[in-house]
Amino acid sequence: MEPIVFYILAAITVVTALLMVTRTSPISSAVWLIACFFAFAGLFVLLEAHFIAVIQVLLYAGAIMVLFVFVIMLLNLRPEELKTRAIRFQTVLGGIFVLYLVFLLPLSLFRSGKLLFPEVLPQFGYVQGIAEMIFTKYLVPFEVTSVLLLVAIVGSVIMGKRKL
Amino acid sequence: MITLNHYLVLATLLFSIGVFGVVTRRNVLIIFMSIELMLSSVNLVFLSFSRFLGQVDGQVFVLFVLVVAAAEAAVGLGIIVALFRNRQTVYVDEVKILRG
Repeated sequence: MEPIVFYILAAITVVTALLMVTRTSPISSAVWLIACFFAFAGLFVLLEAHFIAVIQVLLYAGAIMVLFVFVIMLLNLRPEELKTRAIRFQTVLGGIFVLYLVFLLPLSLFRSGKLLFPEVLPQFGYVQGIAEMIFTKYLVPFEVTSVLLLVAIVGSVIMGKRKL
Repeated sequence: MITLNHYLVLATLLFSIGVFGVVTRRNVLIIFMSIELMLSSVNLVFLSFSRFLGQVDGQVFVLFVLVVAAAEAAVGLGIIVALFRNRQTVYVDEVKILRG
């Protein structure tokens, strides 16, 4: 059962990611990326990371992509500003580079053999375990992320001002 | 049987698609979305290793990556709006003052 679900979700993520990269209109790209993030959440559930899967849907598919769609609507691109696609030197070079990456990185995995997932406790990935980690072992990085969020708030307010 | 290798290959594929988007597209919004896709595929690697090693540290790091992605999206979209307001374009090849 698990392999079937994995292959279906993997196919959905790859196909929607490819559609996202190739669409001309940013709004259809954004919609395909939202579909991709939902499939990502399914993969996270398969990896016993239920809390992260929920956060993925709430934060990525919910908050960040809504922000993207709002900005796309705010910019109000006219149809003539959406340039048509053309096979350019840049695209060919990028394609070759990406194919190199795709073949290089998995080649290093062939030697490692089958790395089977071990059995884990049923409460693996629950909120309690993650929260204990955040507030004990990773307390300092957690506080630093709050400073980062503050900086991001100030930065986006400055960027949004009418006159820089 | 699904092994760690399956997840790593899938994450590599998705990351490479993100790289392809960043390298080839000119629309700055789609470049930005490709960066989000790359961050998400890194999260997939973190979670598969967290499952493989049976430790939740990877999931905590995914939370931090999500926070960084949210901050990056807020600031980056602010930059895009400011860019469009000043230069009326979202194409990176038309923004070349610094290139000289």
